[in-house]
Amino acid sequence: MQGQKKKKIVKTIKVDVDKCNGCRACELVCSAFHAQPKYSSNNPARSRIRVIRDPLRDIYIPVYAGDYTAAECAGRDKYVIDGKEYEECAFCRASCPSRDIFKEPDSSLPLKCDMCEDDPPQKEPLCVQWCLNDALIYEEREEEVEEEEELEELEIGLESLADKYGFDKIIDTIARMSMSKKG
Amino acid sequence: MRYAETGFNLEVDLSRGNIERVETDPKETELYLGGLGTNAKILWDRVPPEVEPFSPDNLLIFSAGLLCGTPAVGCNRTIVSTISPQTLLMAYSMMGGFWAPELKYAGYDKVIIRGKSPNLVYLWINNDKVEIRDASHLQGKGAIETAELILQELKEPKAQVSAIGLAGENRVYFASVEQGRSSASRGGIGAVMGDKRLKAIAVRGTKDVNVARPDELMELCNEVLEYIKVRAENPIKGVPPILAGLGSPQEMAVHDEEWHTTNFAWGNARYRKKDYWTEEVAKKWSESLESVRERFVSCYNCPMKCGATINVPGISTYMMKCYSKLTYTMASMTDLDFGFKIAQRATEYGVDAFSTPQVMAFALELYEAGILTDKDMPGMPPDIEGRFYWLLDRIVQREEIGDVLANGTYWAAQKIGKGAEAYAHNNIKKHEQLPLKLGMLNPIYFLMYCTGEKINITQIEGQFPQAPFPTREEREEFVKDWIQVPDKKFKQWFVDWELRGENSIPYYPTVEMSCDIVDWQEKMHYIDDALGMCAGLSSFPLKPPYHIHNYPKFISSGAGIDMDEAGLSQAAKRYRTLVRAVNIRRGMRRKDEKPPEDHWKKRFPELEAKLLDEYYKFKGWNKQGIPTKESLHELSLDYVSEDFLQRGILTDNEGTPSEETLAEEEKK
Repeated sequence: MQGQKKKKIVKTIKVDVDKCNGCRACELVCSAFHAQPKYSSNNPARSRIRVIRDPLRDIYIPVYAGDYTAAECAGRDKYVIDGKEYEECAFCRASCPSRDIFKEPDSSLPLKCDMCEDDPPQKEPLCVQWCLNDALIYEEREEEVEEEEELEELEIGLESLADKYGFDKIIDTIARMSMSKKG
Repeated sequence: MRYAETGFNLEVDLSRGNIERVETDPKETELYLGGLGTNAKILWDRVPPEVEPFSPDNLLIFSAGLLCGTPAVGCNRTIVSTISPQTLLMAYSMMGGFWAPELKYAGYDKVIIRGKSPNLVYLWINNDKVEIRDASHLQGKGAIETAELILQELKEPKAQVSAIGLAGENRVYFASVEQGRSSASRGGIGAVMGDKRLKAIAVRGTKDVNVARPDELMELCNEVLEYIKVRAENPIKGVPPILAGLGSPQEMAVHDEEWHTTNFAWGNARYRKKDYWTEEVAKKWSESLESVRERFVSCYNCPMKCGATINVPGISTYMMKCYSKLTYTMASMTDLDFGFKIAQRATEYGVDAFSTPQVMAFALELYEAGILTDKDMPGMPPDIEGRFYWLLDRIVQREEIGDVLANGTYWAAQKIGKGAEAYAHNNIKKHEQLPLKLGMLNPIYFLMYCTGEKINITQIEGQFPQAPFPTREEREEFVKDWIQVPDKKFKQWFVDWELRGENSIPYYPTVEMSCDIVDWQEKMHYIDDALGMCAGLSSFPLKPPYHIHNYPKFISSGAGIDMDEAGLSQAAKRYRTLVRAVNIRRGMRRKDEKPPEDHWKKRFPELEAKLLDEYYKFKGWNKQGIPTKESLHELSLDYVSEDFLQRGILTDNEGTPSEETLAEEEKK
C-alpha cells in the first residue's frame, strides 16, 4: 500500500483562544455525541476536547485528543506566551501516561477526536456547532498524501491494553473470555 | 434508571463528622422537580420554625438543578437554601458557574449539611470518595484565594470550589458563597456556612449524567442555540441597551450606563443624578472598563459572556458578574475605577454586592447626621474611598461599629437607635433592596416587591416590559414575535398600555391583569430555580429562549417525567407555595409584605390593598397571605395544612384567619 498518492480532505479546527469564553460546551456536547446511544449521556471527562483553563491567569486552550502513546516524553515542555505561563504539555494532544485527560474515566482506554464522523455526515464537528463564540472554526482543504491504513478504534484500544498488561496477558484473557462465553 | 438527576444526595453531619450517600425518592422529583423545589421540601420536613439560623439544626443545602449536567444550554445553577440570619426566613440564593454540573458528574444532586464542625473544615467530594478535611490553614483567606489553595493542595485543577471568605467565617449577615465567577450572595448564606465552620466544598466528578430521550433533547437545545443567535442579531427595540439582549444585564460589555446611573439612586439609595451621564463620563467610564477587562467569561455550557476577568494593576485578578460593577461606585458616589478596585476586596471577603455598599453608605449617612460619631468610628480616614475600605474591613472583621453594621441596615438601625431606623429605609423583610426610588406606583412592581419571597426584584421581574413603549405602533411591533406569552391576552394588555391617560399606571394594567402578569413572571423564575437554569436565558430578559411552551419538553426529554404546560405550572405552584409555607410557619404575614415606604413618591393605599387582596386570592392564599386549606389540598400539600391547623396558623373554618392572625391584623 505504500507509495500510493491519494487525495485526502484534511479536516481542521482553527482554535482562536482569544474568543474562548471558557464555557466548556465543546466538552459537554462531544461527550454526548460519542455516548452510546448517541446523546444519551453527558460527561466531560469522556470528551475528546478539553479546555485547559486557568481563569485567574486568563488561560483557556481548547485541545483536541490526538493519538495514543504508550510512553511519556523524555522531557516536558512549558510555554510562556505574552507573559502567561502555560501548564506542562498544555498544547499536547496525546493520550499519554503522564496525565489523565483523553482517557475513558472508568477503563482508562484512550480517546481520540474523530471529527464527529457520522452517517449522514454532520455539517461540522459538534464542538464547532456549539461554539457560538467562534473560538472553534471548522475548515476543510484537499491535500495529496501518501496512502496509509489507519488503525481502527478497537485496534488502538487493544494496543493500549497490551502496553499496560502485556500482549500475552491480553491473549490469555481473550481466550478465557471466549471459552467462558461458549461454555 | 434515573434521568437528568443522579438520584442520590450527600448527607453531611459536621457535628459528628458523618457522611452518607442517600438515595432519593423519584416521586419527590415528580412533585417538586429538583433544585429549589426539593430544597423547599427538605427544609419544610426537617427544619421546624423553632430552629434558629445559627443552630446546628439549620440545614444548608447546595443543590444542582434538575437539568444541570445535561446539554440544556445555560443550565448550570447551584441553588443554595437555608434559613437566613438576616430575614429569619428561607433564603435561596443561587449561583451560576461550574459547581452544580460537577456535583452531578460526581454522582449527587444535593449536598445537605447539618450540624456544626468543632474546627474550620472543608469538604472534598471526589466521585465516591468524600472527606471532611482540616481547613485551619485557610482561616481568614479570601474566597478566591481559598479555592486556588485547595486546588493546589488536592492537585486537582479540574475540581470546582465554592468557598466563603472572612465575611462568612465571621457570620456577616450578608456574606456570600463565592465560586470563581459566580456567587450565591443574597440572604447571608455565607454566614450560615461560616457558622457551620465549613470553609469550602470542592467537587470533582467523572461520571455520566443520563437523559431520557436524547434526540428530542438535542433538537430542543439546538433550537435554543439558534434562537440565541437570532436574539444576538436582533436586540429589543425601545429599551435601554442594557436590557436589549439576553443574559444577565451585559454590564461587562455595555458602556452606555445612562439608564442605571440616572434612574438608580446613589449613596444610601438616596439621590437620583438625572444629569449624570455626559459624554465626558461616558468616555471616562469606557476607558476604565476597557483598561481592566481582560476577557469575557461565561458559566458552564453557555454561549453568553455575562462576566469578565478583571485585572486592576496592583491588585489580584478576580471575576466580576453583572451589576456589582455599579453598586460600589454609586453607593460611594465615586467613579468606576474605585468600583473595580473595591469589588476585588469585597469578592475575596465574600460579601453581597447589593447589601454591602448600602450598609457602608448607611453608616456614613448616620455619621453625617451625628447619630454615629468619631467615638464610633475611631481612625476612619477622611476621604470617601478610604472610608469605604475602612468600613468594609471593620464589617468583615466585625470590629467595633463593624460588628453592628455586619448585621445589615435593619438590625444595625435597631441596635444603634437614636433615629437610625429612618436611615434603614430601603429594606423589605429586613433585606436591602436595589437602590431605586421612583415617582408613580406601578401595580405590577408593587405586587412583586410585596410578595416576592426571594426578596430581590431581579429575582421575580422579567418577561413583561418594565414600562409601556411610547407609541402603539412600537408596542404592536414588540408583540408580533412575542412567542413566550402563556396566553395571547398578555399581548393585548401590553398593546393597550399607555404612558399617560386612562390606560397608564397606577390603574392600568388593572388589578386582574397585574395578578396574571406577576404570576407569570414569578412562575418562570421558580421553574428556572428548580431546573438550575440561569435566569439570564429564561426568566429575566425579554423574549428569552426558554419559556412555558418549550420547558415541559425539556423536562420530558431530559428527565423522563411526562410534563405539559399545565403540569409544569402546577408543579411550580406547588413548591412556590411550599416556600411560602416555610415562611408563614416562621411568622411571615401580610404586614411584612410591603415595598420600602419611599420606593414611590405617589402611593395609593386603597389600590394597594386591593392589589394585595386580589393577588392573595389569585394565589389561593387568605387575607393574611396564608395558603388556604383548599388550595393546599389542590396542590397535594395536605401535610402543610395539617401542620398549619396544629399550630393554629389556619383554623378548621377555612378562609377565616385564626385568632392569632386576627390579633396581628388589629395591631396594624
